Amino acid sequence: MVSPIDTHAAYLNPILSVHRHNANDLLQILIKAQEHYGYIHSDAIDHLSSQLQLPRSKIEGVAGFYSFIYLQPQGCYRVLFSDNITDRMLGNMDLMESLCSQLWVEPGKISEDGLLSVNTTSCTGLCDQGPAMQVNNIAINRLSQSRVNAICELIRERVPLSAWPVEFFAIEDNIRRPDVLLDSQFKSGSALHALLQHGTVETLQQIKTSKLRGRGGAGFSTGMKWEFCREAEGEQHYVVCNADEGEPGTFKDRVLLNGYADMVFEGMTLCARIIGAKKGFLYLRGEYRYLLEHLQAVLQHRRHQNLLGNNILGNSDFNFDIVIHLGAGAYICGEESALIESLEGKRGTPRNRPPFPVTHGYLNQPTVVNNVETFAASCLISLHGGEWYAAIGTDTSSGTKILSVSGDCERPGLYEYPFGVTVAQVLTDCGAVNTQAVQISGPSGVCIAPDEFNRCIAFEDIPTAGAFMVFDQSRDMFEVARNFVHFFKHESCGFCTPCRVGTSLLSNMMDKLSAGHGSPYDFAEIEKLNVLLQSTSHCGLGHSACNPVLNTIAKFRPAYDKRLAHKDFVPAFDLDVALSQARQMTGRDDTGAHLERSHESK
Amino acid sequence: MNTPVKAKLKVATTSLAGCFGCHMSFLDIDERLLDLLQLVEFDRSPLTDIKHCGPCDIGIIEGGLCNAENVHVLREFRANCKILIALGACAINGGLPAQRNHLPLTTILEEVYHAQHGLVDGFIPNDPELPLPLDKVHPIHEVVKIDYFIPGCPPSSDAIWKVLTDLLAGKEPELGHGLIHYD
Amino acid sequence: MSQSNTFTLDGKTIPYNEGQTIIQAAMAAGVYIPHLCFNPEFKPHGSCKLCTVKANGRQTASCTQHPAPGMVVESDTIEINDERRALLQMLFVEGNHFCPSCEKSGNCQLQATAYEMKMMSPHFDQFFPDRMLDASHPEYLLDFNRCILCSLCVRASRDVDGKNVFALSGRGIKSHLIVNAKSGRLADTDFSGDDKAAHVCPVGVILKKRVGFTIPIGQRSFDEQPISATPHPQGACPVGPRSNTATLPPHPTVKGG
Repeated sequence: MVSPIDTHAAYLNPILSVHRHNANDLLQILIKAQEHYGYIHSDAIDHLSSQLQLPRSKIEGVAGFYSFIYLQPQGCYRVLFSDNITDRMLGNMDLMESLCSQLWVEPGKISEDGLLSVNTTSCTGLCDQGPAMQVNNIAINRLSQSRVNAICELIRERVPLSAWPVEFFAIEDNIRRPDVLLDSQFKSGSALHALLQHGTVETLQQIKTSKLRGRGGAGFSTGMKWEFCREAEGEQHYVVCNADEGEPGTFKDRVLLNGYADMVFEGMTLCARIIGAKKGFLYLRGEYRYLLEHLQAVLQHRRHQNLLGNNILGNSDFNFDIVIHLGAGAYICGEESALIESLEGKRGTPRNRPPFPVTHGYLNQPTVVNNVETFAASCLISLHGGEWYAAIGTDTSSGTKILSVSGDCERPGLYEYPFGVTVAQVLTDCGAVNTQAVQISGPSGVCIAPDEFNRCIAFEDIPTAGAFMVFDQSRDMFEVARNFVHFFKHESCGFCTPCRVGTSLLSNMMDKLSAGHGSPYDFAEIEKLNVLLQSTSHCGLGHSACNPVLNTIAKFRPAYDKRLAHKDFVPAFDLDVALSQARQMTGRDDTGAHLERSHESK
Repeated sequence: MNTPVKAKLKVATTSLAGCFGCHMSFLDIDERLLDLLQLVEFDRSPLTDIKHCGPCDIGIIEGGLCNAENVHVLREFRANCKILIALGACAINGGLPAQRNHLPLTTILEEVYHAQHGLVDGFIPNDPELPLPLDKVHPIHEVVKIDYFIPGCPPSSDAIWKVLTDLLAGKEPELGHGLIHYD
Repeated sequence: MSQSNTFTLDGKTIPYNEGQTIIQAAMAAGVYIPHLCFNPEFKPHGSCKLCTVKANGRQTASCTQHPAPGMVVESDTIEINDERRALLQMLFVEGNHFCPSCEKSGNCQLQATAYEMKMMSPHFDQFFPDRMLDASHPEYLLDFNRCILCSLCVRASRDVDGKNVFALSGRGIKSHLIVNAKSGRLADTDFSGDDKAAHVCPVGVILKKRVGFTIPIGQRSFDEQPISATPHPQGACPVGPRSNTATLPPHPTVKGG
């Protein structure tokens, strides 16, 4: 008889050897191990624990952190509906309900026959072609009632995912306005040739001259970051490309990785040459798992072209390769220190900073972490020079910015503009009418009302990681904020008290208002909580978790006022509903078996 | 002393889902009760057996909310009392009764009236006279606005005395070390 | 260290050594800053945020923030204490903290810190989470209802005991403490009462059996003096003298609780 451990060893050992039994690759090993049963079997953990010499508690601790790693059996089809506000606006909730009722399953649960499990998930980055879903981690776009009906049929017939109609998985790029980057006709190797021709010092100088700033939102000078890292002492230096594009409403990296991966990898290679790194990582969010094979092929092609690997372009001292690490459903891993923790196979908890990754990053070695778009832009600078790049955009925000436009507009998709473009211009270009608000840079960014549409996309005015969600007059901005608050609650890492508990409290309070139980008391409570989250949270997630609420309160106050239906405090829960179980058990329905919702309504 | 007679403040008290321990502690202020009675007059309270409270200055609530009647009484107090005080652990966080909250009410009623050994034809009482239980026990501040809290299981008589005398003196009540405790 | 290595804390001059964080220097100078996840015997962690201070006007966790010469630090202010109280209230509603039935009552840092911050009520609505009790171990029990996720036991077991008995799993509000056993039971780990991890819980999660409620009310750690006046309460064994488990019989069979 085969012992349970042997059963698991059979599929785990090949995975373990690919990863050289390296405990730093724990998350990658778990992701692959899970493909066998659709979840991590308890016996599999025994084997991993002994082979990786990791305590079981550590493996379970890591597995438990990530939304897409399961320690309990899931359905054969794991269906996750993307639940960004843009998916909501396109009717994802009705579609989920339809799917659930057709297949006799409740959201958050597994069907009785184990065929499928259904739930929602944070924005999957298909806002320009939503509503979106993932089935067994593979993205499906443009859900409609007919597509959902077809999916129900496929699941019922147990058709393997690989045999589903290809058009379900046809993710579009939707490039609407290319500029220097998206229109660059980049030739692989060209930026590296330029670097080798000019030398690393000169190229670094060009990057500095270009005034390129990080495209992930924070806008730190790329040249300075590379220089600090180059100068930092360490046994190894590392380049990390942050493709954990989790900010709801952002999907530019998806397109860059699909159509411009060569350029992104070349930017990483430029950086590697400049800082002296031999190894790089692309941290790809789990939601973009469907891009993995394509990206591996691009890497392989680059190796064949001698643009990666040893002796790059004939330089014996130029050795660099890139490994793709997958995320597994954790927005917080977009924060660079949490991303590094995750790369090291740990829970994605943001580190205490300082020290910063440029000196103490991956394995405590000097590490550059940059956004996908930043690396791509660095190729343009290597090719055309820093001054050329600096001449684009504004004085303090050089170059272009790619915006991911979604929501209420005719033409959602990618728009690349020189920095300094006004919000109004973008709205005109994307065909937005009767616009009530624009959420820029996602839930953690800012919400802009019409009187601010003349403001500019630039670090000095409205900095952004790229999300540009449009809301027309028909939308309820309170519900927009409520969706975002729930997002933060779901994605809080749980490390610090204010964010862990505060995001839940804030969600509960917004739900209370939404349910019609609000009073000025609750409004004051929300404002107090906002201050506390901003001042005491450990990282940016907690600091910005209340931004959607603060912004919409400041700009769309009537949306809140109409929720403060009660003059005085009323409970968050419905007292009459709280008696329903007892009514059911006793069979009573007399007046004494009911409670009015609030005293004042008497 | 022949100071002019000031109108006495009206105080009401009640015990909801509590054990009357807080009331016992209240009585433990002993001879100071006589001083207190110089200043206050009791309306609805287990001490007076008045069944409904009229307009009061201070309402003191012991216990949390475990059934519909608790909610009615609490609302009566909130509607009639200028200041409402949550007295003791159960009023403040649900206390001991709230430890049933991790069990579904249906399971509890099943267990008590049907499943337990010796109950052959047990049925769940359904007399309209009886208050129906809520699915969860709630602290009172989750249902009405509470002005002051005196924690403790029970709060010490000194803590109760301190809060009341502070309030009667028109001061914000404050409990120092030793007076503020949760057990 | 040079003379210039001082900062001010609520107006008082505090000397510090290179490498010390604000709370470490304050503690050395006998000044109390409220804290829960910080324990002087362990590397600062910075998760509970109770030790938040204003350093040169910016709010930061004083257990992880290093001082700078001349830094102006504010701690005991109405504004910051209001925030600390709110954080405590969050911890109280997040778990199930029924002090009257807790053996740690009177010796509990969460409770004592809440007294110190004059927390009169949990203020927010209770979450009443459904959490487990693990009484499988013959000598110790785990009451997860009271866990505040400070991870002191995780750090103690990993860094001092070299055992990894405890770890955090889950994420966000679903974060929770787990133990290193397939069964999920403490009895099936190599946990021992001699472990450092058995003695660092600031609340009532990790409790020695059969010694609860032995100290009369009035004589417990924080009955006698407030936590602010109690030097270094961490590491103390408030529920009686530390047991010598070596003298206890082995436990071949264990029952779940």
